[in-house]
Amino acid sequence: MLMFSKFKEAMIGLKTGRVTLDYPAKPRPVAENFRGRPIFDATKCIGCAGCANNCPAREILVLDVCQEIRILQYLGRRCTYCGRCADVCPEKAITMSLEFETATNKIGDLQQRLDLFMSTCQRCGRCFKETSPLEKLKLKGYRFDDLANERWIFRSRSYLEGEPVADDIKIQMD
Amino acid sequence: MLKNLCQKMFGRSLWVYHANSGGCNGCDIEVLNVLTPYYDVERFGIKLVGSPRHADVMLCQGPALRATARSLKNAYDAMPAPKLVFAIGGCACGGGIWHDTYAVLGPVEKVIPVNFYIPGCPPRPEAIIYGVAVAVGLVDKKVAPVTFKQLEMPIPRYHPGDLAGRDEMVVYEKVDKI
Repeated sequence: MLMFSKFKEAMIGLKTGRVTLDYPAKPRPVAENFRGRPIFDATKCIGCAGCANNCPAREILVLDVCQEIRILQYLGRRCTYCGRCADVCPEKAITMSLEFETATNKIGDLQQRLDLFMSTCQRCGRCFKETSPLEKLKLKGYRFDDLANERWIFRSRSYLEGEPVADDIKIQMD
Repeated sequence: MLKNLCQKMFGRSLWVYHANSGGCNGCDIEVLNVLTPYYDVERFGIKLVGSPRHADVMLCQGPALRATARSLKNAYDAMPAPKLVFAIGGCACGGGIWHDTYAVLGPVEKVIPVNFYIPGCPPRPEAIIYGVAVAVGLVDKKVAPVTFKQLEMPIPRYHPGDLAGRDEMVVYEKVDKI
């Protein structure tokens, strides 16, 4: 009886055949609704910062250098590929690509930085007002995020200079 | 240079130790998925071991929490000398969604040095295999930082030079674009 069950097992194994994928040698296509790395199209971006205000991981940083130049930096390190930035983008400048082979030895390889030219009113020299009420909701005014430390700065000034708040690791380790 | 060093040191097989320092188990499931016959990584000699003392590579999942940072550091110190650390998932690479909460110290690179990053939430099993293949030098990495400078506005501006006379009327030529 035991022999028979082993024979049955072997038959199942032979029937299945080889299932192992030949992955790194051959490409493997993704599923249809797959969301990979977001790609920012700088030629379409108007710099409304809706993606930065809606990012749950808060990893799209916005720095207003002056009235007319805004730096939008996507870090890509803690992105969950939720696609919310692509949903709220009014100009469809963000597309969720099918890229998943993003392994790297430098984390800075994943970032995308756009230097945007903000359009200003020709009469007063200030920025245009947002057109729809939905965009007004998302607007949080000028933002001065810390690009060097990769930190999002809240409007309520709850950001502490220098060392982060929970940096008691040295006390714990020693 | 790091690649050559990796090929020289870890030419035969990588024994991996799987360390979760407070992740949500999504990346753990994907890492165990990699070890199944479907994505068989034992053909590259990768084997899961139970102790960091036997391991060459540490696969980190989850951010460094205040409670687990010391354990992670101890596990890293217990590994024998030529050692690699892979940060798998958005939490280990950048701290995750809750990177600024009180319990999270941040990415694992705050506690231990990280050699390779595999972002994703969670990364696909193929992405993890790709990261290992990048590390052992089978394939090249595909990503590079992108910087773009906008020289002109994406929306056309009103300019009096675009006014054109047409049939006793003055028409703005780019009116459909505004």
